[in-house]
Amino acid sequence: MRVELLWWEGCPSYPDALEELKRTLAAAGIDTPVDLVEVETDEQARAERFPGSPTIRIDGEDIVAPEGAEPFSLTCRVYRLRDGRVSPTPDPEDLREAIRRAR
Amino acid sequence: MSLQIGDPAPGFSLPGTDGAEHGPDGVTVVVFTCNHCPYALAWHERLTQVARDYDVTFLSVNPNDAERYPRDSFEAMRERVEADGGWPHPYLRDESQEVARGYGAQTTPDVFVLDRDGTLRYRGAPDADHRDEGQRAAWLREALDAVLAGRQPGRPETEPVGCSVKWR
Repeated sequence: MRVELLWWEGCPSYPDALEELKRTLAAAGIDTPVDLVEVETDEQARAERFPGSPTIRIDGEDIVAPEGAEPFSLTCRVYRLRDGRVSPTPDPEDLREAIRRAR
Repeated sequence: MSLQIGDPAPGFSLPGTDGAEHGPDGVTVVVFTCNHCPYALAWHERLTQVARDYDVTFLSVNPNDAERYPRDSFEAMRERVEADGGWPHPYLRDESQEVARGYGAQTTPDVFVLDRDGTLRYRGAPDADHRDEGQRAAWLREALDAVLAGRQPGRPETEPVGCSVKWR
């Protein structure tokens, strides 16, 4: 399993997302390192098809399908929690589900 | 360079989605915010409730570069307010970003409270946790309660938390 976390320094949510990701992987008994990919320019954002920070991919697949048709750019990503609230990080249950799918 | 607590805040007049120009007038809350940032969106309802609860001038200002972030265009701002059925306070466009630079805004949201003389009395986050709606923008409310009572806020400055302002 390949796990990537793409992040941009202009958005402060990446440490929370990384912590949650590591905790969830450990809880699932998966000893896989997280590849951290810093996205630093709009050009890189387009090349990586980066919808915003943080973005978590497992085996190349985004754990949550990106919303809308915003251009790929250096931005903070908007997630929806399962109770409908807006959040800068994914719902932990979405993360757990994505890990289960990838096993 | 950011404004310091106790500094006179710059006056301004900016166009709002309501078609009128608005600026600080008496005790004023200025919130730099935007359409696309999850932190700004998470805190939005709490801030809007403060605007309803307090008889002060409450201004939301969007300074982001709309060329790179089309969701922050003036048109997108109008559409958002309309989709919400109107806001209780003006939503202003800082196209030149001069107001945001004058205040030293760093993030969306970034909250400033001015007293009736236009002096900066609070700057920072609305409350301690964007994830917890029960916080009810407590730091902003504390600051407003103090300023309206003619006192200095006990917590005049907190760390603003959110997406960086998108400068040109």
